[in-house]
Amino acid sequence: MTSSQPPTETPAADPVEDAKPAAAAPIAEGKKQIRKEQLRVLYTSPGFIVGVLIVGFWILASVLPGVLTSFDPKEFVEAGPRVKPGSEAWLGTDKNGWDVYTRVIYGARKILTIAPISTAVAIMVGTFLGLIMGYYKGWVDEILSRVIEAILSIPIILMAIVIIFTFGRSTTVIIGTIAVLFVPAITRTIRSAAIAESDLDYVMSAKMRGESGFFIVTREILPNVVGLVVVEGTVRLGYAIFTYTTLAFLGFVGGNITDADWGIDVSQNYEQIARDIWWPSIFPAAAIASLVIGVNLIADSIDKAVKS
Amino acid sequence: MTVTESHTPEPADPSEHAALAIDGLEMSYIVRGKPRKILRGVSFEVRPGEAYGLVGESGCGKSTTAYAALRYLPGNGVIDAGRVLSGGEELTAMSASQLREFRAQRASMVFQDPVQAVNPVLKIGTQVAEAFQVMGQSKSEARVSALAALERVRIAAPESVMERYPHQLSGGMLQRVVIAMGLACDPNLLVLDEPTTGLDATVEAEVLDLVRDLRSELNSAILLIAHNLGVIRTMCDRVGVMYAGRIVEEGTVAEVFDNPSHPYTKGLLNSIPRRGLRKTDRELFAIPGSAPPIGADLPFCTYIDRCPIATDICRSAVPPIVDRSDGHWTRCHHADRIGDVPEPDEVTVPYDIGTEQVIGVEGVSKTFRQRGHEVPALVGVDLGFAEGETLGLVGESGSGKSTLAKTMLGVHAPDEGGAITLRGRKMADKATSRVTESVRAISMVFQNPDSALNRAWTVRRILQRSVVKLTGIKGAAADKRVEEIAEAMQLSPRHLDMRPRQLSGGLKQRVAIARAFAGDPEVVVCDEPTSALDVSVQAAILNLLARLQNEERSSYMFISHDIGVVRYLADRIAVMYLGRIMEIGSTATMFDGTNHPYTEALLSAVPNVDGVAEDRIPLTGSIPSPANPPPGCVFHTRCHRAIAGLCEVTVPEMVELSPGHSIKCHLTVEQLQEPIDVDASIISAEAAALLD
Repeated sequence: MTSSQPPTETPAADPVEDAKPAAAAPIAEGKKQIRKEQLRVLYTSPGFIVGVLIVGFWILASVLPGVLTSFDPKEFVEAGPRVKPGSEAWLGTDKNGWDVYTRVIYGARKILTIAPISTAVAIMVGTFLGLIMGYYKGWVDEILSRVIEAILSIPIILMAIVIIFTFGRSTTVIIGTIAVLFVPAITRTIRSAAIAESDLDYVMSAKMRGESGFFIVTREILPNVVGLVVVEGTVRLGYAIFTYTTLAFLGFVGGNITDADWGIDVSQNYEQIARDIWWPSIFPAAAIASLVIGVNLIADSIDKAVKS
Repeated sequence: MTVTESHTPEPADPSEHAALAIDGLEMSYIVRGKPRKILRGVSFEVRPGEAYGLVGESGCGKSTTAYAALRYLPGNGVIDAGRVLSGGEELTAMSASQLREFRAQRASMVFQDPVQAVNPVLKIGTQVAEAFQVMGQSKSEARVSALAALERVRIAAPESVMERYPHQLSGGMLQRVVIAMGLACDPNLLVLDEPTTGLDATVEAEVLDLVRDLRSELNSAILLIAHNLGVIRTMCDRVGVMYAGRIVEEGTVAEVFDNPSHPYTKGLLNSIPRRGLRKTDRELFAIPGSAPPIGADLPFCTYIDRCPIATDICRSAVPPIVDRSDGHWTRCHHADRIGDVPEPDEVTVPYDIGTEQVIGVEGVSKTFRQRGHEVPALVGVDLGFAEGETLGLVGESGSGKSTLAKTMLGVHAPDEGGAITLRGRKMADKATSRVTESVRAISMVFQNPDSALNRAWTVRRILQRSVVKLTGIKGAAADKRVEEIAEAMQLSPRHLDMRPRQLSGGLKQRVAIARAFAGDPEVVVCDEPTSALDVSVQAAILNLLARLQNEERSSYMFISHDIGVVRYLADRIAVMYLGRIMEIGSTATMFDGTNHPYTEALLSAVPNVDGVAEDRIPLTGSIPSPANPPPGCVFHTRCHRAIAGLCEVTVPEMVELSPGHSIKCHLTVEQLQEPIDVDASIISAEAAALLD
């Protein structure tokens, strides 16, 4: 109801003959103080702690899987196949006699490589296109907007199938595919931010002193949309994890179906749920869910802390 | 808090009668988990039928007080102590439903921005009627009441307005609709929070006239929040001056403004150009330092760090209330020493203006094309700037002032035939094709420094880029030059490594001015450089601009709504209407009585802080669309002196009345000097404008 906004920071004082050099200290402190308080809000938020714990665990699993398990993902454990979760195998064993826990641990590496890389590629391309479209507007914007709308109108899975069947299923193609799928949405977000920035007077001022378009886009506007790029990146990372596992589930991901990979494991074992052997598929699925939730928790907490 | 904090010099039990009584109110906002004190014990009362004004600079808590008066608090606002009473009932103790009832039946609030206060997808009639439906009227009754309410706020052709959507109305009309909605319940208390801040001076005057007229019809008490001292002076009976969450002085407007007793009030009044003050007379008084931050712990006088007469006692205790005369009090330890507050410095350095024209605007027109239509935004503008001269440019929004600035700076190319010249030579049309010498020659200071400075850059980088780009100086020499410029703007070296958001509004504007001076320009275009600033900061910026001009010998084109400021700074004034210069002359001649009718109306619209009531000439309707300018004299549709059969047919030529003073008008000097009978022909004229 109200529009009165309590100021959130203390700007430096106007120095009209302020003869007190001591004034410098509180101002510098004011800025540090805000940082400190923001960080405290971040560190004490339960969402952030839980998110960091979850994501930290999966990063550890992908870097040093040997620390978390003594088996190999394709090692036949003593317990034998289709053993329920218990003391012999924490999360049971699958139809091949492989340890589900070990496979879940080893499955983290691939997803934690491909999802961030494809997100980074998508962010870079999307930011570049969004800035160009938002600043130049006109026909550049018209053409690219139509292309983006065309891509958005094709169902994601259909699009992925087309790309993968055309270019093969190597890791590079998978990364490229996920990136292509995400570029349109990122481009749109950055474009609208760039349009808003272009309307500000500092861009006008740059034009008035005869700066080139390239300088204005890369040096003046880009630094002001970096925050948005970061937020967009963390949000997209969650989606990228989902998209990758979907592709893996559908069997579009390269390599072997015996590889430890959450999406592949779910697809290989889900039929057995009907025979009450739920653990080989549910645990990898839970791993996917936990990683997505962990990433989103961190993203949300950062967003909140920055805005506080 | 202590007992001395909340005591008020008032009769034994005033809350029984007061439309609003705020008693020792203390409030905090919770920011990042910590409470920050914003109100430090505010006490005042608004009696029935009285208009009470609250003035103060931004951040002093006046809007918070206004919201607290109706207990509309933001989610993070907390009342720490004190009471709010209306008609003897305590708002601070009401339940949610009682509060809703109270707001529906007995109090109303009008917000600063009327565009945000109405629902953009509902028709005006529906929204106004809703205010009556809340009161329990049926749908058809409410429509009848809504029509009457619109008539009451002097809206022309109310039936037609009922069927319109908010975007089809001008800001002034929308604010009247909002007031009509606020008056629906015939409130005992009407809170107006900066009701005219976003509006043009002429529209502001109309809205203020309306509120003044309504006061005599209603018996509601008014709490008016404004930062414009002139508005408070013309509208209110009593005024409270707020500073850092406390009222520091209270009394009748005449007492407080003519006989200020608190150093802060005195500082505020000295910081605005009053009584026709010019830059050649004396400097404006800029209150040194800045207000204490919200949340600071201040168990003593809040004004101490900026006060010229402060002593040790001021740091020991909250000052007591000192009565000056009946109902006029001040919260100062040294109320008797108010005379010791020093007067601003006299100006001793003479201002001298060159004779040679440096930058010329010659026959510049600018026509935009919109969906196949031609929209002439500028029509045959001729201006010249001599060295060290300030040309004030005034006119309502939409008169083409900003387009002229952008055309001069090469953002828009002028139409064929027009030219911007530098010492007689034509410049290229667009900034990108201008030679560096031409780009350097004209620079600009924008209205809003938040928008004009790149928030991702440090101050040093902002200045360095302009120095390198415009002067070609590089490396260490450029660094040195940046520091020199910053010093000339009274920016200290530590500010150079800060980013704009770490700086206060005044400092940001100094950075923007520093950037404008980086290329050693011939003309600096200042587009309302102080309208986003508080008056005491405005004073510092105006002093700086005046001083720089004398040192650097540059010229200014000073665009402003504020006639007082233009009068203070400008050597010559040009008045613009619909892309045309209607009048131009030296500042002295502009204020000696013979003016273009448009200028005459503009001048009369300014709310005067000195309280000299003048008859206002109503400027009816809104400015016509430049796409479809009226035939003949473009001003005839709103002119109070128009001659039928002549003005709407023949375009007037520029006529020189005296050397350097020219107007575009058919009337003779004698006709222009005839006193005008100000009658209320507003409604008919506005109806005509509406039915176009």
